[in-house]
Amino acid sequence: MSEIEVIKNEIEQHIADVQDTKVLDDIRVAALGKKGQITELLKTLGTMPLEERIEFGKKINAIKAEIEASIVAKKQELEVKMLNERLKKEVIDVTLPCRPETQGRIHPVSKVYEEIVAIFAEMGFEIAEGPDIEDQFHNFNALNMPPNHPARQMQDTFYINDDTSHDFDMDCAYVVRTHTSGVQIRTMEKKHPPIRIIAPGRTYRSDYDATHTPMFHQVEGLVIDKKTTMADLRGCLYDFLKSFFEVDTLPVRYRPSYFPFTEPSAEMDIGCLKTKDELKIGAGTDWLEVLGCGMVHPNVLKAGGIDPNEYQGFAFGMGIDRLAMLKYGIPDLRTFFESDIRWIKNYGFTPLDFSSMTSGLSNNGGLAR
Amino acid sequence: MKFTLSWLKEHLDTTANIDTITETLTRIGLEVEEVINPAAALTDFHTARIDKVEMHPDSDHLHVLAVNTGKEVLQVVCGAPNVHEGLIGIYAPTGALIPCYGERLKIAKIRGVESMGMMCSEKELMVGDDHNGIIELPADTEIGIPAAEILNIDPVIEVSITPNRAECLGVRGIARDLAAAGLGTLKPLTIRHIPGNFKSPIHVSVSCPDVCPIYTARYIKGVNNQAQTPKWMKDRLVAIGLHPISPLVDITNYINYDLSRPLHVFDADKLTGDICVRMAHEHEEFTALNEKTYTLDTQSLGICDDDGVQCLGGIMGGLNKGSYENTTNVLLECALFTPTCIARTGRKLQLDSDSRARYERWVDPMSTISGNDYATQMILDICGGEASEIEIVGQEKYDTKPVYLRPERLKTFIGIDNISLDMCVETLQHLGFTVRVENGVIEAISPSWRHDIEHEQDLIEEIVRMVGLDNIPATSMKVAAFPQPVLTPLQNNVVLVRHELALRGMFETVTFSFTDSQVAQYFHRGNEPVIIHNPIITELDEMRPSILCNLLIGAKNNIARGYPNLALFEVAPEFYGRIPGQQRTVAGGIRVGKTSFKDWTATQRSYDVFDAKADALAAIAAAKGPIDSLQITTDAPNYYHPGRSGTLRLGKNILAYFGELHPLILKALDIKTNIVAFEVFVENIPLPRDTKSKAKKKLELSSLQAVEKDLAFVVAKNVPSINIYTAAKTADRDNISDVRIFDVYEGDNLPEDKKSIAITVTFQPKDKSYTDAELEALMNKVISEVGKKTGASLR
Repeated sequence: MSEIEVIKNEIEQHIADVQDTKVLDDIRVAALGKKGQITELLKTLGTMPLEERIEFGKKINAIKAEIEASIVAKKQELEVKMLNERLKKEVIDVTLPCRPETQGRIHPVSKVYEEIVAIFAEMGFEIAEGPDIEDQFHNFNALNMPPNHPARQMQDTFYINDDTSHDFDMDCAYVVRTHTSGVQIRTMEKKHPPIRIIAPGRTYRSDYDATHTPMFHQVEGLVIDKKTTMADLRGCLYDFLKSFFEVDTLPVRYRPSYFPFTEPSAEMDIGCLKTKDELKIGAGTDWLEVLGCGMVHPNVLKAGGIDPNEYQGFAFGMGIDRLAMLKYGIPDLRTFFESDIRWIKNYGFTPLDFSSMTSGLSNNGGLAR
Repeated sequence: MKFTLSWLKEHLDTTANIDTITETLTRIGLEVEEVINPAAALTDFHTARIDKVEMHPDSDHLHVLAVNTGKEVLQVVCGAPNVHEGLIGIYAPTGALIPCYGERLKIAKIRGVESMGMMCSEKELMVGDDHNGIIELPADTEIGIPAAEILNIDPVIEVSITPNRAECLGVRGIARDLAAAGLGTLKPLTIRHIPGNFKSPIHVSVSCPDVCPIYTARYIKGVNNQAQTPKWMKDRLVAIGLHPISPLVDITNYINYDLSRPLHVFDADKLTGDICVRMAHEHEEFTALNEKTYTLDTQSLGICDDDGVQCLGGIMGGLNKGSYENTTNVLLECALFTPTCIARTGRKLQLDSDSRARYERWVDPMSTISGNDYATQMILDICGGEASEIEIVGQEKYDTKPVYLRPERLKTFIGIDNISLDMCVETLQHLGFTVRVENGVIEAISPSWRHDIEHEQDLIEEIVRMVGLDNIPATSMKVAAFPQPVLTPLQNNVVLVRHELALRGMFETVTFSFTDSQVAQYFHRGNEPVIIHNPIITELDEMRPSILCNLLIGAKNNIARGYPNLALFEVAPEFYGRIPGQQRTVAGGIRVGKTSFKDWTATQRSYDVFDAKADALAAIAAAKGPIDSLQITTDAPNYYHPGRSGTLRLGKNILAYFGELHPLILKALDIKTNIVAFEVFVENIPLPRDTKSKAKKKLELSSLQAVEKDLAFVVAKNVPSINIYTAAKTADRDNISDVRIFDVYEGDNLPEDKKSIAITVTFQPKDKSYTDAELEALMNKVISEVGKKTGASLR
């Protein structure tokens, strides 16, 4: 073995043994630096005769290249090793919880409002609105409820105080609307038939117990044209309720009833199964009242400026909160209005839970977090 | 309205069973609310005879019976004292559910002797109170027949009567409806005219015939009010929840429920002078049977003697001159009062009675004289005595204006086929209408007990409810082939704002439109409060002037429940005036306490004004509002912290308020947590113009690298940072693409009245990169513009 091979082997051995990039660099300097062993050997080339120089030069340059390659390889090896050692120390407990963030909620009343709108929109209904504080003409008189009408007393009306210029007069004072039916009149005043509207909104009655709150939500429906019949009413409401409750079958029952603003009037029940802990809509032997409806009374059409000899139609009204309770199994109406964040978190809907008839009415917003 | 089955059958000849009757009632519009039928629990029980009685070998009071059920003879151990051979009673087999105990009967060994069932007492079957022995039926009773058939069981039915069906507040009215529905025939009601033997010593005058069109009175002398009310009458009154008091009271109550015919009985000996029916005097006092004293006004009807009002006409008798147990001479009143007067007085005095319930709906005007005769007969039958001639003031009359029905309207209005003219005629006749047919049109005159028949639709309803609403077909709504969007832009904005705020982690709530005036007082913004005249509770006595009122009350309650960190919002109306329409839709929200609970990442911080500002801007953006062109002014209402709040506006148009709530408000509400709030006035957000193209502006991207430079300015403290921002941003619109404020500093090294604001300005070259000189010129431009517009100098 020649001298340079001994040197080479020695250097390669050092490279192989080294465990540290800094020592590796020292080895590189000692071998290939300005005064390194290999560099020194290269320097001797100049003193050599030409032939010898060419041969020795090839050899020494080859050795130099080998050593350089070894150093690079070793350097990479050491760097990987060091990184692995560092990473081993960089362990984080990934079972820790994420940074806190709150997923918001949509209130069930809003959600059910959106569902109702989605369904009735498919049937060509527009959304009408009216003021919460009403005059007695729109809330009562125009709806065939003249003063002293017994139904007017039954509604437990809230009255608004007059201005102070005269004494309070119960027959003239503004009221907080007892139903959304006033919107029927306001719509007829503005729009000529055909009319097809729903009017969702807040309604108020002086009643406060386990099943009544002084404010609740109603949705009113009104269809007026020249040939809408009670058969259309039945079809419309059946289609609505079946879609709303997202059931395949829905037994329904109509009972004659009385509302001053419709004639004939009816209440509609849906079939359900009541057990101790659960209410199942769409099956079973029990009936559950869900809405009131009927053919618009001729006096109401007249009050709205529409000729009852020419036009006819139906109206209906139902409780939005009640529909929410039935569909989503919410037991107590009063809790709707208490702003209890535990309740909202549990019964509320995720922010992306939009309602449509194409993507489905409910649970489009992913899981509640 | 309650009645018993036997009472119904007094008027209705029917073979229908209780289930058919109740189903029919609901179907024709007399909704059954409850049926209490003890018979339903008795299906396991049958009659049986005791063939043999032996003493129990191991007891001195128990007997061992051989009970013959008609099918077999069984051994039964019985402790009742009244057992004897041949007794026919009610036998309960093993396995029967005993109503009184609610448990099933088991085969038992009683002191070593096996007992296969038991003989029952009335109490055990809950058909009576007797528990002294087993039921003993007449000796000729068949054995092996169902107990329910033998025992005198009278189910109680409760129906809810709609306001238009006043006559169904009498059992007879209900019976008539059932007969019309095909459930038997209505029995005739015979009322014998009683001529009377003498003239009434008490005379009647009516000074207000508008309110009291007819008043009849009859003097009956020598009655015995200590007589027994007949058992059948007592049983029925008890069954519907009335207490039998004395025959005279019981008779009036009974007829009220039987025929929906209110009556009143005065003790004639207590009356002073004659009866005068008149409007009460202002402030005249009246003490009613319920021992309460009412102050009347000139619109209340009084039945008066010389001492004043003795009966509040049609509503309630007086305490002083009614019948009592020693009453011997009475004046019987049967009159007609107009519904409006009764309703008004009853409502004003908040005085409910069975009589009021009937008068304010409708009392058959043709039942005044016959009602008097009917009641007189009943009093004579039960209490004895001698009746005077009837004294009648006014006239019995009712409106007989005909209403017309075109039978084809059942098809064109209801959508039901196959209803013949004959069927319509027959149904109306059963309901008491006088019917005539001419040219295929039905002319119907309403019976006097109905007041709700005015239009063709009313007649249609009568037919339809007898046919059954469920026999009407159902046809789906016909819709346009290609539906259009139905929400108005504003309605759509409300939905979008709601979802945007929820996406920002807020919880939507829905609260009452009312609030507590104690809270509302801080939120009026100069408007008059809208006060509820008759609040249900004092804490809900005002229409909220700001949506924040109830959110704050909600926050307080959540804090009290142990949830001090929360973000609540509501999108709903607030009220700035008492006139319809003086309301606006507000998206209001509050953030309370900290962003989260204490947590290991230590990201928790207190909410501040910028959270509320961000919410407000996000809501406006969700509603497509022009957030980049909004002005921010520092004039939010005074319930906000004066130095930490703002108004987002477009000139005079206010889109939103935001800020920390004023500490005094929180103190007044006893809330110890910091709260920031915002109110976005959704209707004030300008809607994008319809004409605007949906296409976006072409995106111009430069391939050259943007240059960011930081500049720090010293400026007077009262200069809003937005002025520096705007001055910098507009210093060179072609080259400056962005400005960001990255540091705000007050304190050491700065004069007391100064602050330092540091900004990063992004310069975006278009065609070629900036030279050093160009860049310096641009920065100088920024420095000089900011200096000129805000007085700031480079730090």
